[in-house]
Amino acid sequence: MVSTQAQKSIFYRLHIDPYLLLGLLALMSISLTVLYSVGGYEMLYRQVTRLAIALTAMIFIAQIPPEWYQRWTPAIFLICVLLLVAVLVMGHTGKGAQRWLDLGFTKFQPSEIMKLIMPLMVAYYVSQYTLPTRFKEGFIALLLIVIPTLLIAKQPDLGTSILVASSGIFVLFLSGISWLYIGLALAAVLAFIPILWYFLMLDYQRGRVLTLLNPEADPLGAGYHIIQSKIAIGSGGLWGKGWMQGTQSQLEFLPERHTDFIFSVFSEEFGFMGVLLLLSIYLLLIGRGLWIANQAQDAFTKLIAGSIILTFFVYVFVNIGMVSGLLPVVGVPLPIVSFGGTSIVTLLAGFGILMSIHTHKRFNIKR
Amino acid sequence: MKRKRNSIRNHSAESALFIRRSIVFFLGILFAVGILVTNLYYLQINSFDTYKTRSNANRISVQTVPPNRGLIYDRNGVILAENRPVYSLQVIPNKTKHLESDIERLASLLSLSEDELSDFKSKNRYSRSFKAITIRDQLTPEEVAKFTVNQHLYRGFSIQANLKRFYPFGNAFTHVLGYIAKINSRDLEKIEERGERARYQGTHYIGKLGIERYYEDILHGQPGQRQVEVDSWGKVIRTLNFTAPTPGKDIKLNIDINLQLKAQELLGDNRGSIILMDARDGAILSLVSAPSYNPNLFVTGISSKKYKELLESKDRPLINRATQGRYPPASTIKPQMALLALDEKVITEETKIFDPGWWVVPNSKRRFRDWKRWGHGLVDVFHAIEQSCDTFFYDTSYKLGIDRIEPFMRLFGFGEYSGLDIAEETKAIMPSRDWKRTRFNQPWYDGDTISIGIGQGYWTVTPIQLTKATAMLAKRGQNIKPHILNSIISAEETITPEYEVTQAVKLHSDRYWDVALEAMQGVTSKRRGTAYRSFGDAPYTVAGKSGTAQVINIKEDEVYDAEKISERHRDNAMFIAFAPFESPEIVVTVVLENAGGGSSNAAPIARALFDEYFKEKTSEASTPEPGL
Repeated sequence: MVSTQAQKSIFYRLHIDPYLLLGLLALMSISLTVLYSVGGYEMLYRQVTRLAIALTAMIFIAQIPPEWYQRWTPAIFLICVLLLVAVLVMGHTGKGAQRWLDLGFTKFQPSEIMKLIMPLMVAYYVSQYTLPTRFKEGFIALLLIVIPTLLIAKQPDLGTSILVASSGIFVLFLSGISWLYIGLALAAVLAFIPILWYFLMLDYQRGRVLTLLNPEADPLGAGYHIIQSKIAIGSGGLWGKGWMQGTQSQLEFLPERHTDFIFSVFSEEFGFMGVLLLLSIYLLLIGRGLWIANQAQDAFTKLIAGSIILTFFVYVFVNIGMVSGLLPVVGVPLPIVSFGGTSIVTLLAGFGILMSIHTHKRFNIKR
Repeated sequence: MKRKRNSIRNHSAESALFIRRSIVFFLGILFAVGILVTNLYYLQINSFDTYKTRSNANRISVQTVPPNRGLIYDRNGVILAENRPVYSLQVIPNKTKHLESDIERLASLLSLSEDELSDFKSKNRYSRSFKAITIRDQLTPEEVAKFTVNQHLYRGFSIQANLKRFYPFGNAFTHVLGYIAKINSRDLEKIEERGERARYQGTHYIGKLGIERYYEDILHGQPGQRQVEVDSWGKVIRTLNFTAPTPGKDIKLNIDINLQLKAQELLGDNRGSIILMDARDGAILSLVSAPSYNPNLFVTGISSKKYKELLESKDRPLINRATQGRYPPASTIKPQMALLALDEKVITEETKIFDPGWWVVPNSKRRFRDWKRWGHGLVDVFHAIEQSCDTFFYDTSYKLGIDRIEPFMRLFGFGEYSGLDIAEETKAIMPSRDWKRTRFNQPWYDGDTISIGIGQGYWTVTPIQLTKATAMLAKRGQNIKPHILNSIISAEETITPEYEVTQAVKLHSDRYWDVALEAMQGVTSKRRGTAYRSFGDAPYTVAGKSGTAQVINIKEDEVYDAEKISERHRDNAMFIAFAPFESPEIVVTVVLENAGGGSSNAAPIARALFDEYFKEKTSEASTPEPGL
């Protein structure tokens, strides 16, 4: 990471990390290219507006020094939990799920903020103690994670609750909790799976998992989407069919082409080489994020930076995994590339925090 | 930061730990990406041939066929909302030979405007070449003919027929039928909430107001499906399987076209509302709110300038005054007030009060004036209703108190939804102590009750509430549910919903009903009655009550135009009535904004409507044609 002094100082003073910004802009360009292909000029225009809003939010958040986050984290977390309770009690029911709180002028989704505040809260708590985190602190931190996760899962919004829980758990892992406990927890989860399958899951939920394992069993019904998505990806080949030439996507065989299944469109039109390019950009972003985390000056900022970037990877992995038939379809967007408002703002706000951490150093570390 | 456990923190050890964990994670990420890449390699490289073949063979596409929307008829079978075929001219750019010169020739053939041409050019620039572009939306029959004759000269151009909703009577039914318009993102959200996304696939329009909105579910129908074989460019080669859509069901309304048009004509340029209802079952025969607007504008997509005009007009044409107009009920509620007073034994049939032209709150100096300056003299309850004596009801309501008045009036439907099958309705305000405490944070004063006694003050009602309350008077306390829907008609069956009638208002003696109703008949039949001039010579018996309300405007936020103030401060004229007196069949409510006295302005309109109703009943009336 060599940069000239002049370059560094300009971006540094603006509290922007040029490498992260470059990676994000690259992803946005890919997003706009694919969106134009599936949705034409109108969709392009709408996404540009959303990106502009999200970028503004990111830059704004990057201006706020990390000390501020540290000071306000417990209060915001508490408010957020209360809001989640409020949503359950009197929330606006959308699609049979209560996620929105109607504030009169706008409807607002507290679980979206929870995605950001969860790693901050756990990091705030465990960084009060020396690292590595011990059993007792780890256990209390786990409670901090479990309560909001259950509140969100009860809305019910499984996708978000998984993302929220993992962002908290990543902090715990990064804080150096003993591998023994991690192993025990994993074992407990694995032991739980058969119980889940035989006693707790409903028929339709088991059906979804079975569809994943063998989509061809019901090609025109439940397996249709996943089969069409695999055909799109597979028929892309090495170099793809070319921009706007993907028959699977252009002829509307693919579902949700602009949101959850945008990766399939991209793979069909740009092939395996395009996929490698996309994944490289993601990897570079994640690498830069982890580097920033390691450069951070105290435990709190290290932990949140690490957790934010790892959660970002969970998005990538779950989305690509589900459209290529490795994971069940759970409605997680491809970060930055998928069309959509709230998720992009939340994601870029996370990158804003990363930039803030990296550009608000109180003293220089001698390396 | 507080150190809770160790006062000395080993930063380098922590950093080292963090680096170790980060490396573990990064390796984990690389491993996970490895899995993804392996899987993608398997799909795109190893299985490329398989998937390529499957992609090319992927020729079966499932298309949604939207259902036709149900039609709406009046009670005589006259069509009020229909689907008319409209023709649009389309082109698929990559099927043409010389797009530019074709368009130029077409421009002269159909005299396309500059706007249409530039619109087409920008659409052409931003859409894929195998997608159809609409050049002109609504072709006239001549244009269709002109183009069809020359079609062979225009390769890639075609005429598409679609059905478009059309309201043949224009603005006469807007406030009953509402309209349908393009589905917007808010509608989409609602459709998703109801889990009906599949049902609305291929549908572009949805009911936005009135009957179209309330009975959307019935009118819409179920879409069908067409499994088609397509070529590699998506062109349909043949249909493999077709499930026909189930069209929406037709709806027959209780509205009578003749009475509706007559009511609209009688309203003329007034702002206001007229409702005619069958007193026996609550069937709405006519519901008019004026001014109105042309609903067809919204179907084709109203221009924002025009919409702004409607929205900002101080006449507020978009408001359905029949269900959303809030008016002080004024003297129209005196019969109910008399009923309550009799039932609570506050007065008897014989009670007489001397009216010098004003009334003073006991133990105070506050004076309330009667509308008749020199007073009515000695009045009993009959006289008080027939002549609309205010003093009598000041005294009565003072003795009753708001705590007895409010719950009783709620039994008649004031302050409640009427149950009408139109979603755009307000409950208006039936004030109480609690209401005033919450609304203004003030206690209830005696003076407030006195105003309530003559239907003024905080009390507001909607015309539909008045109509329902009048029917309940006519039916001696039976709960009448107003409804516009008569029956739902489909190929298999006709369903006519039944409405349960319950006794909502129970009095200690039937005689009290006689007193109030006889007094109402006196309003129209006795020489001293306020509506005698309009009804004295009627060939049928009528019970009615006039009302003249001091104005509180419909909307608190209305901005006053200085020049208009005087006109907009004139009294609202109201009249409620039912006929025939002995066996009530029909109820009429007339509300005219800023028109002056109720007996002189609203009563003649009620008379004309009764005449029309009884004339139509005796002779087979002819049904009018849409006047377009």
